[in-house]
Amino acid sequence: MTRNRTKVRPGDRIFKNLSTGAGVVVVALIGLIGLFLLVQAIPALRADNVNFLTSRTWDTSDPNNLRFGILDLLLVTVSTSLVALVIAMPVSLGIALFLTQYAPRQLARPFAYVIDLLAAVPSIIFGLWGILVLAPELAPIAQWLNETLGFIPIFGQGNVFPNFSGTIFTAGVVLAVMLLPIITSLSREVFERTPTPHVEGALALGATRWEVIRTTVLPFGKAGYIGASMLGLGRALGETIALAVILFIPRGKLFDFSIFDGGATFASQIAANYSEFNNPTSAGAYIAAGLVLFVLTFAVNFAARAIIGDKKGD
Amino acid sequence: MKIMRPMGAVGIVASAALVLAACGSDPASTSSGAPTSGAAAAATGTANVACGGKTPLSGEGSTAQKTAVDIFAQQYAKACSGQVVNYNATGSGAGVKQFNAKQVDFGGSDSPLSGNDATAAAARCEGNPAWDLPLVIGPIAIGYKLDGVSSLTLNGEVSAKIFNGSITTWNDPAIAALNPGVTLPSKPIQVLSRSDESGTTDNFQHYLAAASKGAWTQGTGKAFKGGVGNGASGSNGVASAIRAADGAIGYMESSYVKDGITAAKLDSGSGAVELTAQNVGKALDAAVFKTPGSNDLAMDLDKIYAANTPGAYPLLLATYELVCSKGYDADTAKAVKAFLTVSATTAQQPIADKGFVPLPQSLQDKVLTAINAIS
Repeated sequence: MTRNRTKVRPGDRIFKNLSTGAGVVVVALIGLIGLFLLVQAIPALRADNVNFLTSRTWDTSDPNNLRFGILDLLLVTVSTSLVALVIAMPVSLGIALFLTQYAPRQLARPFAYVIDLLAAVPSIIFGLWGILVLAPELAPIAQWLNETLGFIPIFGQGNVFPNFSGTIFTAGVVLAVMLLPIITSLSREVFERTPTPHVEGALALGATRWEVIRTTVLPFGKAGYIGASMLGLGRALGETIALAVILFIPRGKLFDFSIFDGGATFASQIAANYSEFNNPTSAGAYIAAGLVLFVLTFAVNFAARAIIGDKKGD
Repeated sequence: MKIMRPMGAVGIVASAALVLAACGSDPASTSSGAPTSGAAAAATGTANVACGGKTPLSGEGSTAQKTAVDIFAQQYAKACSGQVVNYNATGSGAGVKQFNAKQVDFGGSDSPLSGNDATAAAARCEGNPAWDLPLVIGPIAIGYKLDGVSSLTLNGEVSAKIFNGSITTWNDPAIAALNPGVTLPSKPIQVLSRSDESGTTDNFQHYLAAASKGAWTQGTGKAFKGGVGNGASGSNGVASAIRAADGAIGYMESSYVKDGITAAKLDSGSGAVELTAQNVGKALDAAVFKTPGSNDLAMDLDKIYAANTPGAYPLLLATYELVCSKGYDADTAKAVKAFLTVSATTAQQPIADKGFVPLPQSLQDKVLTAINAIS
């Protein structure tokens, strides 16, 4: 790189250093958090009497006989997030397309505002609403699904039967509502950026509204939409208090691959037992679970950014 | 995205409507269902309080006694104007740790100090022992919902069998034997427990272990070990779950027994006893302490659970305030004594309205003696 002959103004240098500093601090912070989790988790992992990654029991009451494994937590976390995504993705796509393609400008702006406000509702409110208001309404639907489609494993009898309120299904619906604003706002931004020549060209060739969307908006916005959904997935994986309040814990039964099961996710397990971290070894077990969640969410967000980043500005 | 100001106002109104609609009614309601504020021996009169000393006083610990300690602080401020107490409900474990680290003036714990914690506390108190003073007593109810059965009697053994899955239907002969004349349906029993770690679970399991004559072998601790039924989040979650299911049973603080949930009567060998403040007071009259004769009033609750005191309701939890017997500086000692005196006397009636049991006379006398001995 040839050195500039002109003097670098101090303002430029200061700003460059500040920005670099900010970037470095953030990366260092993530690294330090990861390091903290690792350091606190290692003694507990060493003392674990069962395989951490494949065991399905979780018993940390006796610090001298720790038996904890994250498989069940992982399965429940992934299930709730998948149910949430399956519900939220089509709805968000619909909302984003409606706001960018069909709605008149005057309607689109306040609509978008209200959707974004949904993201401002605290998750404890969602949890309480979910278990007190939504669950009693969903229980008959869940029961009907279980009765008519029970031969399919994911609709089979849950491990919290005969209760249909504190299930992965209810938690998934509430999570879907929480994911809507994230996926919708990001998808809306991407769909708005569809190159006007493409849209106009399609219209000129006589395409209907839907054909325009199908041929220009969706292919262009596909990567952005997928990336937005994966960011939503990252949020769903880490949702703590709403799931701690909604999900019932089945005693003596493990996750059965049905959406009518209950259980604990990584975050809700830590939240439920957080106030009684009495000794560092038991606490280390929960921190180890937190570490797995950290790595999982990091990987999902990384993949999401990679997908969005690759295809932006096509 | 440009938002026009009038549209912004619409958005604010819309969100306010959403938030207000989402707010459910306050679950921990202010009126307690089961225990009537009995006249039993709870002399709550105003003792002479020597106001003054350190303010604000800081405490930390058990979440179970948070409501009570807030009322204590209110009454203390009324009795001694200008005196403030800050209590942080971060859990018994954190409370003990902070007390031992001299970060707070008193701790709140669901169980008395023992082992390493007691040694560390003695070190914190300049070589003097730390005392556990029981100031908040709460009954634990076995709440159930069963259509057609408005009164149910259980005992330690049958409760243990229900909560560990040995008894699975309501019309089991063991339950019928305790309830002559009551038609029990043949519905399956749905057991509800706490999914989060809690002192209520710990005390309930201690009761089952002590009073079930060997039927409960699952152990004790803050996590429910019965291995049957479902766990819901918080006593509120357990209560809602019981309300929603006919044939459900669970354990909870007595203030949650209302709106369709009935508390079971307990028979410790001398007949069915209802859950009232008076009857819990009777159980406390027979209290046995871990170090009898000392001012450290850590109670041996297992003896209360296993006792067969006629007319006493044994299933209760006691939370303690951890204080130094000596070792405070003069200001702190004065404030701690004043605060605890108000808490043990005038403040006991207001907390009875929240579902706690006021200290019976016998226990109150002992607590006041210990408080006066703090220096």
